[in-house]
Amino acid sequence: MFGTGILKGMGVVLRHLLGSYADDIRYLGRKYYSPDPKQLLARQGPKGKGAMTVMYPDEKMPVPEEFRFTPFLVYEEKGAEKDYRCTSCGICAKVCPPQCIWIERTNDPKTGRPVPQPREFHIDIDICMNCGFCAEFCPFDAIKMDHNYEMASYDRTVKHIMNKEALGKPLSYYASIRPRNFQREEAARAEEEAKKAAKAAAAAAKPAAKKAAPAKKAAPAKKAAAKPAVKAAPKKAAPAKKAAPAKKAAPAKKAAPAKKAAAKPAVKKAPAKPAVAKKAAPAKKPAAKKAPAKK
Amino acid sequence: MSSIAKELANPDIKVPAEIENNLIVTSIDKIYNWSRRNSMWPMLFGLACCAIEMICTAAARYDLSRFGMEVMRPSARQADLMIVSGTVTKKMVPQIVRLYNQMPEPKYVMAMGACASGGGPFKDGYNVVSGIDKFLPVDVYVPGCPPTPQALLHGLITLQKKIDGQSIRTVRWYQPGAEEPIPVPILGPDLIDPRQATLLRQRAAEQAALAEQAALSPAEPPAAG
Amino acid sequence: MATAELNNLKLKAEDVKLNEAFPEAVSVETRKGYSGYTVKPENLVEVATALRDRYNFKFLSSATPVHYLEQGQMEMVYHFYNLDAGGGAIVLHAQTSHDAPTIPSLTPLFPGADFQEREAWDLYGIKFPGHPNLKRILMWEGFNGHPMRKDWKEAYYEQDGKPYDTRWPGGQVHRVEDKNPFGNNVAYPDGFTLEGWSEQAERGLYEAMPVDGKGVTIEGMQTDLVTVNLGPQHPSTHGVLRLIVTLDGETIVKLEPVMGYLHRNHEKIGERNTFIQNIPFTDRLDYLTPMANNHGYVMAVEKLMGAKVPERAEYLRVIMDEFTRVASHLWWIGFFLNDLGAFFTPALYMMTEREMILDVFEATAGSRMMVNYMRFGGVARDLPPGALETLKELAFERLPRKIDEIEAYLTDNEIVRSRCIGVAAMSADEAIAYSVSGPILRAAGVRHDIRKAEPYGIYDRFDFEIPVGQTGDLFDRYKVRVFEARQSVKILQQALTQLPEGEILSGKQQYQARVPAGEAYGRIESPKGELGFYVVSNGKPNPYRYHVRAPGFINLTSLGKACQGWKVADVVAILGSVDIVLGEVDR
Repeated sequence: MFGTGILKGMGVVLRHLLGSYADDIRYLGRKYYSPDPKQLLARQGPKGKGAMTVMYPDEKMPVPEEFRFTPFLVYEEKGAEKDYRCTSCGICAKVCPPQCIWIERTNDPKTGRPVPQPREFHIDIDICMNCGFCAEFCPFDAIKMDHNYEMASYDRTVKHIMNKEALGKPLSYYASIRPRNFQREEAARAEEEAKKAAKAAAAAAKPAAKKAAPAKKAAPAKKAAAKPAVKAAPKKAAPAKKAAPAKKAAPAKKAAPAKKAAAKPAVKKAPAKPAVAKKAAPAKKPAAKKAPAKK
Repeated sequence: MSSIAKELANPDIKVPAEIENNLIVTSIDKIYNWSRRNSMWPMLFGLACCAIEMICTAAARYDLSRFGMEVMRPSARQADLMIVSGTVTKKMVPQIVRLYNQMPEPKYVMAMGACASGGGPFKDGYNVVSGIDKFLPVDVYVPGCPPTPQALLHGLITLQKKIDGQSIRTVRWYQPGAEEPIPVPILGPDLIDPRQATLLRQRAAEQAALAEQAALSPAEPPAAG
Repeated sequence: MATAELNNLKLKAEDVKLNEAFPEAVSVETRKGYSGYTVKPENLVEVATALRDRYNFKFLSSATPVHYLEQGQMEMVYHFYNLDAGGGAIVLHAQTSHDAPTIPSLTPLFPGADFQEREAWDLYGIKFPGHPNLKRILMWEGFNGHPMRKDWKEAYYEQDGKPYDTRWPGGQVHRVEDKNPFGNNVAYPDGFTLEGWSEQAERGLYEAMPVDGKGVTIEGMQTDLVTVNLGPQHPSTHGVLRLIVTLDGETIVKLEPVMGYLHRNHEKIGERNTFIQNIPFTDRLDYLTPMANNHGYVMAVEKLMGAKVPERAEYLRVIMDEFTRVASHLWWIGFFLNDLGAFFTPALYMMTEREMILDVFEATAGSRMMVNYMRFGGVARDLPPGALETLKELAFERLPRKIDEIEAYLTDNEIVRSRCIGVAAMSADEAIAYSVSGPILRAAGVRHDIRKAEPYGIYDRFDFEIPVGQTGDLFDRYKVRVFEARQSVKILQQALTQLPEGEILSGKQQYQARVPAGEAYGRIESPKGELGFYVVSNGKPNPYRYHVRAPGFINLTSLGKACQGWKVADVVAILGSVDIVLGEVDR
């Protein structure tokens, strides 16, 4: 009573004020506009004592790896062409809680079978609730959650329904925003690939060895052939797969690590033999695409 | 030259060096926009989850007052900016429109988050309006569910840029003739926008006719839509 | 009190044999996956009275309407608890035809049923004879139909359950509302006019308010009663709540909360969703405590599925729940002080601490607020590297220090004390009758906390205390929350040291969970009170019924009573002390 409580409270405020200066001394010269996000985080973290304002447009609070905003579609760069990982299986559209994903699937005009690429992919970000289920349940690591939150716009009618073009971002971008997730997923993919390659090799051990001779032409030709006929027998694809390593005259097992390296253009340093790796990748791709269609 | 002077001064007009520190030559638009965008007072008005992020933006870490916007006004009469922060429900929309009508011009509206922009995850709901832009003219849309404080700040900066591009001669509130207030929606069997009254009456008559028809020949299902 | 009755005070739900006590009126529930009893509606009041007076099941936790369309039945499900004994609920089902559903009201016996029955009338069209004030609560008077009924369709109705067929494989972008401005399924009367509708929506609200009667009589002056609206746009109603207050001078004669301004059809959407799709929606219920909401919902569904949760996931759940509790209580303290008039400074201090906790949520779950963290049978993600150190730093160093600081800052503050002590005191019996839960119930002197009364998860392994107040006034509510924050830190310290290694999710997550038919009620002690999820599954991918027993909504039932006789300035403080979040109140 008699105002002692108020005085005590004022003491807390005073201590906080002085804490700001203590912090300034501790992080001397890095009060604002720190170029290094780690230093910014140190001051923002539980050890900080005083004022903690982030000077937003000039310095930005770094977002953690798991941070999710709107979804984007991952594509692999093949020169100028964008190879979307999406196979239009529709799991993301089915699991999406507010149902903001529209996928248009097409059939091949010749065979009548569905093509494992979406003709169009729309996400209405005015409905999206940033929950991340699409990314979580996508079996092909084709849709991921973005880190870019600076999306304010003047007109929603044109910008806020994003199509395949607007949603697409390269794999290297994904690798840069989520390095840990990316590495884990790529390792799992490579393992899956290796398993499949081993299986295919066992199944077609003998005919493959003979067909390996005209391998140089087989690889690109097979890619074109394998894509429309998704459900083609695995035997046909197997030689194509074997072709690349065969040309390099290396054992089949080596293909797996090479592929893994090829898939990470941005983060990891260039693979030891880039020429081989690049050739291995196109051969791998149709095989990877086929897996879902078979199920 | 101070930074403010640099921002405002017209580089085409040379000011003699001896009075450079005392004189700025600028245009009315420029100084008007500069003062407007740096003292925008938002309305203290939260609807849903996004309001919490709006409060966090005003708090210690992101500190809205760096933009001259910390003076959140609970009264619409003193506010320049309405941040529609959250799901707009049919029950609430008459009040929002009324508040907007009460705001003095110039006034801006920001749709914060997915719900205010386009209905958001609750768009399916029977009591949810698919975006505040069905009723109010929205200046900036900030996507996200909810937008993080930094995303909101980015939206505010985007709005400031928009204000910078405006001119007194063309903005709608300085045109001759008074601006009509937006008609306040009515809570009827469903939400009713008075601007659509004629269409609705037509619809009601159609429904009545269909009901009559159905009474005569119950086999035919009414074609709605 | 007779000896037999004294023994009854500690009765557990399984000890009560209602079907033996009321052989004609009550029968044991026989539907597969259901529990409890079926009561004939005409005997409901009699049975409920016996439960309250004879068996000491005084706490009517929730009254949930369910519409069984195929059976043509409307059902009310009641959960009664004995707060002295703890343990599970006695569940009563009362069924009536869905054509003109009528079930006697329990509000005269249990005032806590008031809003819930009004909600059942509003959304399901069930009539409750005996209810003193049965009118719409979430929608407005004049709205077309009762929207939660299974045969009612929205204006932009697409399909009964998600996933919608339009999305895949022929996905075309719709903005239906642009193409069809009114939507279907709304019936407009013939000769439709615009006039009179809004008055109709408003009229009912004022009818219940006293208009006549004398105001304050000062010498030579005669005043009238004045009816004032607070909200829905008001800085201290914590969102879009509206209070209609009748004043006699400055004194409250009657106060009635009007809600529904944030009614975003959580339950209707929840019944269209698949089970897993509801998890991110629960984040948006009480958007200050998303982790607790996740936990309550997954617990209810796990009960149906019989899913096992790995050890590490259980610990992570407790850690996240308790951090949420600390964050929520800190937020409350800051804004309660705001309501008392200490504008924003205390709130700034509290939010600084909350930001620390949100940073961890963001790093772990991916979002500051809408965490979407828990899954059926575990949690979605493990702690990222370095997070455990931050959490330990918070739980062992920063938060205890900061809570001490809060106490130094506020508890002895003369202004806080004089504004709080003795204001809106609530007795224990009153609190129980009004079905109040959480810190307010404990402040009124009832030692009840679901973490102890019916331990869920692994809460039985931790050593913590339940704070109780004596008078239930604002200061007790404040102190209970500060004490609870300390106890949460204590639990956190134990959980963080014991956190084992291992799996975080049992089995592979399916995007369409298989949930066997039946009903389940999962309840947890959320920072606001008892948060319950009543889920009915019929074996299909979507829940047949999904109901949220929102603590904020039911705690508000007592507000009218608590404010009577206090001044206008106190209303803001009393409302603040209830700790409501409109996302949860209106759902």
